[in-house]
Amino acid sequence: MFNSSEIIKDFPILQQTGPDGKRICYIDSGATSQKPLSVINAVSEYYSEYNANVHRGIYAISERATEATETTRKKIRDFIHAKSVSEVIFTRNATEAINLVARSWGETNLKQGDTVLLSQMEHHSNLVPWYMLAEKIGIKVEFIPVTDDFQLDMDAWRDLLKRCAPKLVSVTGMSNVLGTIPDIREMVRDAHAAGALFLVDGAQSVPHMPVDVQDLDVDFMVFSAHKMLGPTGLGALYGKKELLNAMPPFLGGGDMIGKVHFGSFTCNELPYKFEAGTPSIAEEVSFGAAIDYLNGLGMENVFAHEKMLTELAIDRLSEIPGLKIFGPKEGNRGSAVSFTLDYVHPHDTADILGSRNVCVRAGHHCAMPLHERFNVPATTRASFYIYNTEEDIERLCEALMYVYRLFG
Amino acid sequence: MDDMYRELIIEHYKNPSYRGTLDPCNHSYEDENPSCGDELRIMLNVDENNIITDARFEGHGCAISQASADLLLEEVIGKNVDEVKNMTKEDVLDLLGLETLGPARIKCAMLSLKCLKAGLYGVEGHAWEDII
Repeated sequence: MFNSSEIIKDFPILQQTGPDGKRICYIDSGATSQKPLSVINAVSEYYSEYNANVHRGIYAISERATEATETTRKKIRDFIHAKSVSEVIFTRNATEAINLVARSWGETNLKQGDTVLLSQMEHHSNLVPWYMLAEKIGIKVEFIPVTDDFQLDMDAWRDLLKRCAPKLVSVTGMSNVLGTIPDIREMVRDAHAAGALFLVDGAQSVPHMPVDVQDLDVDFMVFSAHKMLGPTGLGALYGKKELLNAMPPFLGGGDMIGKVHFGSFTCNELPYKFEAGTPSIAEEVSFGAAIDYLNGLGMENVFAHEKMLTELAIDRLSEIPGLKIFGPKEGNRGSAVSFTLDYVHPHDTADILGSRNVCVRAGHHCAMPLHERFNVPATTRASFYIYNTEEDIERLCEALMYVYRLFG
Repeated sequence: MDDMYRELIIEHYKNPSYRGTLDPCNHSYEDENPSCGDELRIMLNVDENNIITDARFEGHGCAISQASADLLLEEVIGKNVDEVKNMTKEDVLDLLGLETLGPARIKCAMLSLKCLKAGLYGVEGHAWEDII
């Protein structure tokens, strides 16, 4: 285990204090994580020491830039336990990675009437690309229901597999609202037995727990760097090599080509086939520093730390009058804790918390259908990461008691 | 910033005077704030002299959006429709007793006037800045 009070020192932004002299209480890491100094320095070092385009330049700083970005690709391969670097595609974020699969794999392999199976607790990024495909080529989209105790309904899941014979299942590795962690290993096994491929939206799971794509046997997995100490504007797609090889390119342009003639082109090899244009070099380089930081802590420890905080938060929040938690109260769950107070709108709650420098998110958290499912227009969400401490939970509860005194 | 939740706003949020329905009514407008999920419907009775004789609102949302609707209706009853068309962002902030609001919450405060003006002008689906 590690000491969060020590970790805070590595994050310049967390040193900020508000007008009351108290440190900023940042509990919105589900939206984006803060960045340690090593990540910030990596950006600055690239621009001040070896800013050059990658892959083409045959001079020292370009070679250094190329090597640095490819080193990050290797770190990602090892972090998620992929077989090969050619299975790690840099994208702009997890959203773009899902769009890549929907457009490239989906348009090639799906036809009118084919089913893509999602769940009721997906983020809009894992809904809308499939809805767009439904509008474009007429695929059907079905949803695994979420039970009243905030888990995927596994009976319905097996039934849907049989009844709809989906070509692809695309499910979150950890709900960004409920904190629910589905049993991906079991679901992948079921899906493969039913002849479906499996995509995991790892935007919330990869930053918070050990993930092994070979062990899980997933076909595709996507995630974003900014939710795991890295920069914005960078994400990754993992895909099994044979699938990626059979897929047409997504975006066209420089870097993704083998040869270009008047009127025709050939594709570059993996992973570059899916990386058109000058990549986000500073972001790729600094993401490497983020992975180093997480590896230094150990992902088992990251998960254990958040589990400890989440259990404490659920205990303490349950003492606030009129507070209802939307998510499992125990068991294997992530650190997103969403709730409502029955006397105040979530935006007012978040606003008052914000005025006390307690940073939470209010709204539908890009999961409107899930909120419809539970019949609430919005929730307030606290989400924890490695730099959060028990003090942050006390700050949250103190501020919520103030909201209660005002509105309750 | 806690000032924002002064007594006036909380009072109008908790105990609104003009929440309800008008039946019959000769004008009814609906609008929403998709980013926050605030929803509002304003009903009006306007007489032959273009005077607003009565008004009600229904909907749900944050304290700012709902209190501003209550305060706005209180303000416009008895007024000529043309006067409403001339109301500004500052008028709504005055009603709420606020000098300013941040970018995240200004939309909540302006929802009621936007709904009212869009209804009276007969336009829909524009940002509040375009209408107010």
